[in-house]
Amino acid sequence: MDLTLKVWRQENRKAKGRFETYAIKNISPDSSFLEMLDVLNEQLIREGQEPVVFDHDCREGICGTCGLFINGRAHGPDEDITTCQLHMRKFKDGDTIVVEPWRAGGFPVIKDLMVDRTAFDKILQAGGFISINTGSAPDGNASLVAKEKADEAMDAAACIGCGACVATCKNSSAMLFVASKVSQLAVLPQGKTEAVRRAKAMVAKMDELGFGNCTNTGACEVECPKNVSLAHIARLNREFLAANLKP
Amino acid sequence: MSNFLNSSIGKKFLMSLTGFFLITFLLVHLLVNSLILFDQSGHLFNQAAHFMGTNPIIKVVEPVLAIGFILHIIYAVILTRQNQRARPIGYKQQKLSGSSSWASRNMFVLGILVFVFLAIHISNFFWKMKFTGHELLEEGAMGNMENAYLLVTTFFQQWYIVILYIIGAIALGFHLTHAFWSAFQTLGLSNSKWRKRLDTIGLIYTLVVAGGFAIIPIWVFIASLI
Repeated sequence: MDLTLKVWRQENRKAKGRFETYAIKNISPDSSFLEMLDVLNEQLIREGQEPVVFDHDCREGICGTCGLFINGRAHGPDEDITTCQLHMRKFKDGDTIVVEPWRAGGFPVIKDLMVDRTAFDKILQAGGFISINTGSAPDGNASLVAKEKADEAMDAAACIGCGACVATCKNSSAMLFVASKVSQLAVLPQGKTEAVRRAKAMVAKMDELGFGNCTNTGACEVECPKNVSLAHIARLNREFLAANLKP
Repeated sequence: MSNFLNSSIGKKFLMSLTGFFLITFLLVHLLVNSLILFDQSGHLFNQAAHFMGTNPIIKVVEPVLAIGFILHIIYAVILTRQNQRARPIGYKQQKLSGSSSWASRNMFVLGILVFVFLAIHISNFFWKMKFTGHELLEEGAMGNMENAYLLVTTFFQQWYIVILYIIGAIALGFHLTHAFWSAFQTLGLSNSKWRKRLDTIGLIYTLVVAGGFAIIPIWVFIASLI
């Protein structure tokens, strides 16, 4: 496959970025999108140019490190995947592909396509944990959790913190991320003790870091590689409202 | 409390509550208006209009409704401005049509359209009935019961007014397609099961309300021709 790439290049946090156009030839349709970028970088290095900086780690869709805005969509033109799981067979020979970093005030660009997602860590540090000692692994059936509750907690815990929800949201809202981190604890007995403090602290941190307000468009849920449901946002709203009703 | 209203969810909570209030108001408003369709003499509608104009409960609800409208608009402006600031540098290319509905992405624009229509609508009827008066209201008035039916049906004999009201109903309809479920979601009154149900109920509500408000002027206009 021969392709034209329009890639966002930005020297550093403060620099003004721009799009650079690169021609790339003989790409296998079976290669992954990140492998294609590797080939581009080798080509750039051979030509004595600076390679394109992009985030990646596990390359098997479980770490949430990679995240590129490809042809107008978070993680590119495929469903329920991270960027590393996107394959070149999803494109056609001769295509022009636009590659951008996540765009959000809360995710400043560090260099080229790499953004700073420390904001998510800060939200987690504000309350996304259990601080009481829950002891070692409990005996089976010692503390009973209904199957549906366990499933809901697991579905929320599937969030890998990639930031596609923020990147795709027209408001750059982090509600789906915060909702999944609140929800995974809120439905389990271990998480109930700190539920009030958690919802308040995490929402306050989310607002403070400059993420937008959720308007329930539902785009986050569609682009989430782990299919985290909007139902978790409803639970976050419930948790937050209940927390504010308590004295 | 001020902390709560400064938070993103707190502000949305107000949008949702006032939204529910407006949703209820629209249904009551449509019920009263629909009397135009069912009684050609206009007596039923005039009685209902008289009741809405004089009943003490309605008199209390009226300013509350106005405050609800104003809060809904003020908070929409605050939230929208914050949301615009949350992405200082935009995308060169962004495809959202596959992941969200057009209405959900354009609630503010639709809201402005509804607001413009509302201003025109209030000056057309409410303002005349409440403050300035109108000769058509006097014509055939029974005691202190004004002939609101005559004012409305005469007004809707102008084709461009009918088109304006249809456009208003369409803008309101699109606004409601997203608003209904969204109001529940913001209060946390939704989950995977209820989302589909609320979507369906919302669609029925929207079709009834927007369709109802569009049909009344069309009906009056056609009836005036035959």
